[in-house]
Amino acid sequence: MKNKIMIITNEVGLHARPAALFVKTASRFKSKIQARNLTNGKSWANAKSIINILALGVSKDNQVEVQAEGEDEDQAIQALDDLVNSDFNQ
Amino acid sequence: MNNSAADQDRVGSRRIKGIAAAPGLASGEAYIWRKFTLQVPRYATNSPSGEVDRLNLATGQARQEIMQIQARVAREAGESEAAVFEAHAMFLDDPALLELTLEAIGGGLNAEAAWMGAIEHYAQELEQIDDETLRARAVDVRDVGQRVVRRLMNITETPTPHLDAPVILVARDLEPSQTASLDKSLVLAFCTAEGGPTSHTAILAKSMGLPAVVGLGEEILSLASGTALLVDGATGMIIVEPTPSEIESFMLASQTARQEAEAELAQAHQPARTTDGKTIEIAANIGSPEDAQRAVDLGAEGVGLLRTEFLYLDRETPPSEDEQFEIYRQILDRMGERPVVVRTLDVGGDKPPRYMDLGQEANPFLGWRAIRVCLENPEFFKVQLRALLRASLGHHLRIMFPMIAVTDEVRQARRLLDLARQELAGQGAELANDIQVGIMVEIPSVAWMADQFAGLVDFFSIGTNDLTQYTFAAERTNEKVAHLNDAIHPAILREVKSVVEAGHKAGIWTGICGELAGDPNAVPILLGLEVDELSMAPASIPHAKAIVRRWSKADAARLANEALNLDSAASVRALVKNA
Repeated sequence: MKNKIMIITNEVGLHARPAALFVKTASRFKSKIQARNLTNGKSWANAKSIINILALGVSKDNQVEVQAEGEDEDQAIQALDDLVNSDFNQ
Repeated sequence: MNNSAADQDRVGSRRIKGIAAAPGLASGEAYIWRKFTLQVPRYATNSPSGEVDRLNLATGQARQEIMQIQARVAREAGESEAAVFEAHAMFLDDPALLELTLEAIGGGLNAEAAWMGAIEHYAQELEQIDDETLRARAVDVRDVGQRVVRRLMNITETPTPHLDAPVILVARDLEPSQTASLDKSLVLAFCTAEGGPTSHTAILAKSMGLPAVVGLGEEILSLASGTALLVDGATGMIIVEPTPSEIESFMLASQTARQEAEAELAQAHQPARTTDGKTIEIAANIGSPEDAQRAVDLGAEGVGLLRTEFLYLDRETPPSEDEQFEIYRQILDRMGERPVVVRTLDVGGDKPPRYMDLGQEANPFLGWRAIRVCLENPEFFKVQLRALLRASLGHHLRIMFPMIAVTDEVRQARRLLDLARQELAGQGAELANDIQVGIMVEIPSVAWMADQFAGLVDFFSIGTNDLTQYTFAAERTNEKVAHLNDAIHPAILREVKSVVEAGHKAGIWTGICGELAGDPNAVPILLGLEVDELSMAPASIPHAKAIVRRWSKADAARLANEALNLDSAASVRALVKNA
């Protein structure tokens, strides 16, 4: 199991396009991946479910904890971290 | 005696004011078209795997539908607007949604109910969130949900109401897909709760010659079907449950309007001659061979604008020279001896043909479109030019170039036209030898340099629609600024005067092909400004001619001069109304 706390700096938070990219990235990996919103307290959501991620209500500057469990958990965390840090390529 | 509100309702009628969308009077019964709500079937099945198969098939079909819509929206509105459909497509793949659905199916429930149950669950979860944008996503989730259920139940998109008798159609708003399969012969008028003067409802109603009032507000949707209504499309007023005397005066007004229209139609084939003997040419704006016939029937003396985009849009490949030639020939034949002004291709990033990559522009109306695209694609452009030249034999063809900004563009375009002519001469084709070449005046730079342009062309045609948007830097379709976009404003009238004068000085004629030409308030002014030709929607022709016949050129000139010194569109309209 691997965890990482990420800060979402994108203007719209994890909504719309960024959420879609987040979910698409997570879906590439075999590991079970979950995310929770530390800022508003919303609990673990399936990172491969767009509806779940949207329901986390992640706004700009929120802290999100991502947890991956599986054979490619390191790559998964890395990929999601890269995505968030590159501000979703925007 | 107590006059409670209920009593007043029973005794009297009620007026509701909306936005005038298309003129005309109608009296009839309302047909309230409410958005269709699905009745989702719910039953037990003993074949969960069968239900899973059905679900997979339906989601696959829904995915295709969504991709098609996304592509269309991307074309018509842009990539960012289309992006929301990507989210819709993602909902279809959502593992959480699928898990919940499969659980229910595993428990013996049918696919429709299982799926909608899961959709509702998540839609409600999103609705609980304190974030407005996320709550809005609940609508998207339900939309996707409904799309899949429609596929499961084999229901085609938004069913059309079945009309048995003529009605006044009342709806929240009308979209092209909704009205496409409607039996329009049974519609007396359109009334919508939402919408503005340029929405689809207005455009459809105008093209059908039916009255329409939009933006009436929520309350009209709570009327019962069958309620008696009077609709006045010119003022935007409707009367609900009119009293007998209201009906009577309405009928009288309708009858008068009808009689006037009939009288005007009877005179439509006569020239538009003022009381002091001057004539002004009245022509038609058309966009298809069918329009050409209508134009002739309504008294058009020519075509002042043939839009050629219909040849290029809604198809996968560009139209060939022969295809184009056939259509141009058809239209020219129908118009006979009457002159026909054809506008070369005027497309842009807002509505690009499927086979053309016009790029993503922040502002397609200030971008790479029309003549700019054509001049940079000379071989493509010459196909249209050759087709036109070939069709010209035996007719009075005139060619005009849209969106001209600088004189160099005119020279380049004319050079390409000459090349096309040479190519055809080389093939031994016979062409007319009196083809006039002109330009649309729609960019203000041309109005300022009209004297220089006049030496390069045989005529000007002022496209007041676009000239107005460029002059005031305001779009008609943007509700916040639409009030600034009014072609009858003195600023535009001054541009017209300038262009006409420069044209006459160089011995060339000037026409107007924007909507202003058919505006009853503008006709006397344009007459007074010495415009040579007014080209308008065929339906407006009889009335425009009737107006011309009521004026003397001298009085019209005085009116125009007064108008030029006013400082608002409203004051110009008031001036004409009181003249």
